Amino acid sequence: MKFFSTRAGTWTGFAAAALVLFGLAPLVLSGFRLGLLAQFLCYAIVAVGIGLAWGRGGMLTLGQGVFFGMGAYLMAMHLKMADAEFRGGPGAVPDFMELAGIRELPGYWVPFTSPVFTIAAILLLPTGFAVLLGFAVFKRRVKGAYFAILSQALAGAFAILLIGQQTLGGFNGLSRFRYFFGFNLADPVNQQMLYFIAAGALLVVMAVALQLRRSRYGELLVAVRDGEERVRFLGYDAANIKVVAYAAAALFASIAGAIFVPVVGIISPASIGIIPSIMFILGVAIGGRASLAGPVIGALAVAWAQTALSEQFPSAWTYAQGLLFIAVIALLPGGIASVGALARRLPSKPTAVEAAA
Amino acid sequence: MSTALTCKDIRVDFDGFTAVDGVDLELDRGEVHFLIGPNGAGKTTLVDAITGLAKYTGSVVKDGEELRGKKVHHIARRGIGRTFQTATVFESLTVAQNLDIAAGAGRSPWSLLRRRKHLPENVVATMERIGLGDAAETPAGILAHGQKQWLEIGMLLVGDADVLLLDEPIAGMGHDERETTGRLLHDIAADRAVAVVEHDMDFMRAFASRVTVLHAGAVLASGSVDEVSGDPRVQEVYLGTAHEPEALDAATA
Repeated sequence: MKFFSTRAGTWTGFAAAALVLFGLAPLVLSGFRLGLLAQFLCYAIVAVGIGLAWGRGGMLTLGQGVFFGMGAYLMAMHLKMADAEFRGGPGAVPDFMELAGIRELPGYWVPFTSPVFTIAAILLLPTGFAVLLGFAVFKRRVKGAYFAILSQALAGAFAILLIGQQTLGGFNGLSRFRYFFGFNLADPVNQQMLYFIAAGALLVVMAVALQLRRSRYGELLVAVRDGEERVRFLGYDAANIKVVAYAAAALFASIAGAIFVPVVGIISPASIGIIPSIMFILGVAIGGRASLAGPVIGALAVAWAQTALSEQFPSAWTYAQGLLFIAVIALLPGGIASVGALARRLPSKPTAVEAAA
Repeated sequence: MSTALTCKDIRVDFDGFTAVDGVDLELDRGEVHFLIGPNGAGKTTLVDAITGLAKYTGSVVKDGEELRGKKVHHIARRGIGRTFQTATVFESLTVAQNLDIAAGAGRSPWSLLRRRKHLPENVVATMERIGLGDAAETPAGILAHGQKQWLEIGMLLVGDADVLLLDEPIAGMGHDERETTGRLLHDIAADRAVAVVEHDMDFMRAFASRVTVLHAGAVLASGSVDEVSGDPRVQEVYLGTAHEPEALDAATA
């Protein structure tokens, strides 16, 4: 584990991950399984952000579904617009609106005809919202359980809000996308391309998170987590420091949501509410929130276990999930990522204490 | 000697209970100024007020600027540093990281987002000064109790604080560590104002340049060690008979 914190180790780690994601996985996995992996990679991207905000910054972000959902709906709106334009020419109404009897395109849909606008919105809108929310919350020194409850309530409220929006597909959400920036989504080659986009995005996001962790900012973030008052008394505005990590986590979640939509082919309020938000946290907790790779491993493991188990025993997954969570919290608070460090530390524990004295 | 901090008529009210009741205090550069008094005298509350943690009426002026109503981190930026009764350092970060953070309150966002190439000079120098020169890469969490307190003082030094408010800096220290701390305080007070909230009478006698005695939220007496210990009112409320301070020391040791 120590090796991976050196410069050579970092490159080795990233190279190995790239080799597995870009070389091995497409070789050994069927198209269907590769699509599933792409979906899991989207969860992993969200997890990297949670690892930053929660693991390093101490903010228990129980509502990342909000930002994931924003990115997903923004992308879905563009895909629906592009499909409608392809079918019925400029100004055509997306198919689900026709079915619901909406003849005129709502004004706020119009800009999403533009791919550039859509991508800018995916990158800026959720991040901007996180900055505003972060300032409102952290300047008032809302933290700990209060912050967690607040962010979870937000995810719940956001899902309920979306259910009521007929022009966003209501309860059913948005689905049946045909084209992704001109590429036919039914074509297996294009599905593989989406997988590569997800894998590439994950590596980029991890690289950004790594830089944030290793920078002076990263040290400061840990300092805020461990002693917010002390940081304030050293002359820093702790709220600003937290907002940066919170906004980065929101950005990552939004990117993940945007890739999730063409990969999975549907986004609905059920994929972004309280339960999916808790699933995000669960993976991070199980993988190890404070490390860089831990949240990724945890998110992939939880998503994989969920799929595998619910294929075999549809009703057993919820129980297995609960057991897994309890086991990790009770026995392995540092998550899967801490297994190596734990194994190394056990025999030499007494000497470490002596050295400290 | 020049005045670094002037407090006038500080009053702190907690829901009708007056914890600090009209205190005047001047802290001069070059002095180690002890604030003593029985439990509940308002010493720590006074420090809380000056540093922006507790709301108060009255005025605190540093370099001609009124500090009342400013936020905690703005007051800290103006060169007022404090420590806490229990040493508060970032336990999962190393000594060097702790000091580097403390030295960096003025850093630009751009430099924050980059990796630290090497330690700033004043961090290295301060590490030597507080006796942690060999502990740069040691996590602060496993430092000995006294070392944590030195580290916390060091964090104020690298942050360029010129008014230091130290809350029981020798609590839990052994005899040698107290001596070292006392000398350190005088060393750093050469061009700064240092205020020390303390219970330990021997330590106060050995290292105080000036003493202010607080009782029930008000200043009872102020002056040199001899003046204060000779004051009958002080003897009555706090110092008691000549033997009692030693008993107090034994109890806190």
